[in-house]
Amino acid sequence: MVDISKGLSVKNNNKLDYYYFMQLIRRFEEKAGQMYGMGLIGGFCHLYIGQEAVVVGAQSAISQDDAVITLYRDHGHMLVAGVHPKYVMAELAGKASGCSKGKGGSMHMFAKDKNFYGGHGIVGASTTLGTGIAFANKYLSNDQVTLAYFGDGSANQGQVHESYNMAALWSLPVIYIIENNQYAMGTSVSRSTKQKQLFKRGEAFGIPGSKVDGMSVLDVKKAIQKAVKHVKSGKGPYIIEAMTYRYRGHSMSDPAKYRSREEVKKIRSDSDPIQSFSDYLIDNKLTSEGELKDIDKEIKKIIADAALFAEESSEPESEELYKDILIEV
Amino acid sequence: MPALSPTMEEGTLSKWLVSEGDNIKAGDIIAEIETDKATMEIEAVDEGILSKILVPGGSQNVSVNSVIAHLTNNIEDSNNQTQEKKNNISPEDNNVTYKPSQNENDFANYSEPQKTENFISVREALRDAIAEEMRKDDRVFLMGEEVAEYQGAYKVSQGLLDEFGSKRVIDTPITEHGFAGIGVGAAFRGLKPIVEFMTFNFAMQAIDHIVNSAAKTLYMSGGSVSVPIVFRGPNGAASRVAAQHSQNYASWYSQIPGLKVVAPYSASDAKGLLKSSILDPNPIVFLENELLYGEKFSIQEDKETYIPIGKAKKIVEGNDVTIIAYSISVKFAIEAADYLLQNHGVNCEVIDLRTLSPLDEETVLDSLKKTNRVVVVEEGWSICGIASEISALIMERGFDDLDAPVIRVTGKNVPMPYAANLEKLALPCVDEIVKAVKAVSYI
Repeated sequence: MVDISKGLSVKNNNKLDYYYFMQLIRRFEEKAGQMYGMGLIGGFCHLYIGQEAVVVGAQSAISQDDAVITLYRDHGHMLVAGVHPKYVMAELAGKASGCSKGKGGSMHMFAKDKNFYGGHGIVGASTTLGTGIAFANKYLSNDQVTLAYFGDGSANQGQVHESYNMAALWSLPVIYIIENNQYAMGTSVSRSTKQKQLFKRGEAFGIPGSKVDGMSVLDVKKAIQKAVKHVKSGKGPYIIEAMTYRYRGHSMSDPAKYRSREEVKKIRSDSDPIQSFSDYLIDNKLTSEGELKDIDKEIKKIIADAALFAEESSEPESEELYKDILIEV
Repeated sequence: MPALSPTMEEGTLSKWLVSEGDNIKAGDIIAEIETDKATMEIEAVDEGILSKILVPGGSQNVSVNSVIAHLTNNIEDSNNQTQEKKNNISPEDNNVTYKPSQNENDFANYSEPQKTENFISVREALRDAIAEEMRKDDRVFLMGEEVAEYQGAYKVSQGLLDEFGSKRVIDTPITEHGFAGIGVGAAFRGLKPIVEFMTFNFAMQAIDHIVNSAAKTLYMSGGSVSVPIVFRGPNGAASRVAAQHSQNYASWYSQIPGLKVVAPYSASDAKGLLKSSILDPNPIVFLENELLYGEKFSIQEDKETYIPIGKAKKIVEGNDVTIIAYSISVKFAIEAADYLLQNHGVNCEVIDLRTLSPLDEETVLDSLKKTNRVVVVEEGWSICGIASEISALIMERGFDDLDAPVIRVTGKNVPMPYAANLEKLALPCVDEIVKAVKAVSYI
């Protein structure tokens, strides 16, 4: 029913598609967590569970020509861009069949053919790099918008403010999306800054912004659509602060001492983005429980196959060590 | 003639804005002086009557410290005792202050540099390289602090705004980390940015994007995202600007896989290598040298040359000792070679590395085979430097060809001091190269 190789875009009008991709991300991440526990995935692995509505809502507000860039919590962004889960999972497993040939790993994934520019490991880097992509789009006069995602942790980096300044100065077509999951690793927003309304920092640079419920896929979509309209009219950048929550630790090696189990439990039960959206779909008779179950079944199989693909793929050849360092001239 | 920049030795007295006999008040603009960096207006601080102009307007190559006019305190004085206007004016002196000209028309009359006898300065060579590549490819643009309206902090981008407009010659705020990242992002998207750092000292603010975003992305993306970008600007010691403005970053960048590092000496190499760098699909760190900007070199006119990155150049042919250098150190190596030939009959071979990464190992090793003795000169610090790398290379791959240990002649391992005598001591000099060559020759 959904062609996952096409990913999401503003063309996806069927609300079931949002459910589909949110569920795809969640099942993917759950499997990744499981594989990490089995030692099949190494290093840092930052799961997106709980935040699915942000990337699904935002991606369904832009066209396929528009560019996206984010930091290291990037698996979901790859999936909605239309990269098949098996290539993402194979990358996590460090296999030659992975989207970066096994040389990037969880934090460094790219799909340039789908206008996804990574996947960056340095906190804050996506804002400057995303502003640069927007600069190029304006230079090329092509009407494309760039979504530059970052978190509440990045928001305090100097380069974010440097980006704001130049993006506003040059009226660049960029939307900054702050995925405020409330914890920068183990430090809560209130322990990092006095101005907790992160989107308001744009005001100092002349950039408008707004806050949105990042647990509501439809609200996110609406907010991004509004921002896209602003940006496309030539008015320069826009900031969206999506209030969200990650259920899992910052990375797989997070002891999570900085918040209580009850806090996580409460958000899971009260405002889970997938549960609340499936309730909405059913309440509004847009689908049936049976139909959702069929989707879940299909996704379960896709993810199982992806895990198998990753596990069975071979590691990169030794020669790969010295490849892709420089382009041969 | 006032010194108006740290590197100015002479300047052009473009025009007088006052005449003999004029009564001058403090703050009056009295003349326009063109330095190696910019055209500046000179203001008087003293008041009095301009009794005599000694250097007429339009005079070129007026040495710093030479008397250009006489100023008298009153009319009675003007006939007999003239008070010489203080001439060793520096920006810190109270006698005359200076300010960069705000007049946009300063450069309106700019014409192609005079290429008498096919000589061209490194500054002009770099500008020509950028202009030629910008004419060929719309995706190439220049971005940095003061590159456009100010015409370049060191005049390298002079005239480019006029030709290419503000879309392609872009003044940035002072925000190195930001505009370096924006440059890399633009390169992701298919543009070919030239990012100018006013000096590489300020690129330390941006080094995360140079290393983490530019150098590593091709590899991390399995070859799918390339970063065609040039980071360029003056590197190393200028003159009397002390520790924070006088550092050589060659070995820092050369250590990074995924970056190419170029550091030319001559004007023709600067031009040909910059052209190749702009064309190259990889991230390039292009290290210039402020003290070389004004140096003139012969260059073949009307011939577009792309000098390949990764190839060293034999500047002086010799059989006795190989002196390896790059950037401004090549100048000292040539002088030392000349002295040694004249005075000691030692025939040195001088190799200009030109590219530091990838290093032209074969040219180094071939020369070693011939001379069996090597001195490496580097303006930067010795610890973990390019000279150290060359020494290790020679030990690993040329040990049997060595008749003497390799000697490094480098900057001393101290922060650059301000005092003129200490600064001189901190930098490698011809004398030290001569001594090193004698040592490896056992003479």
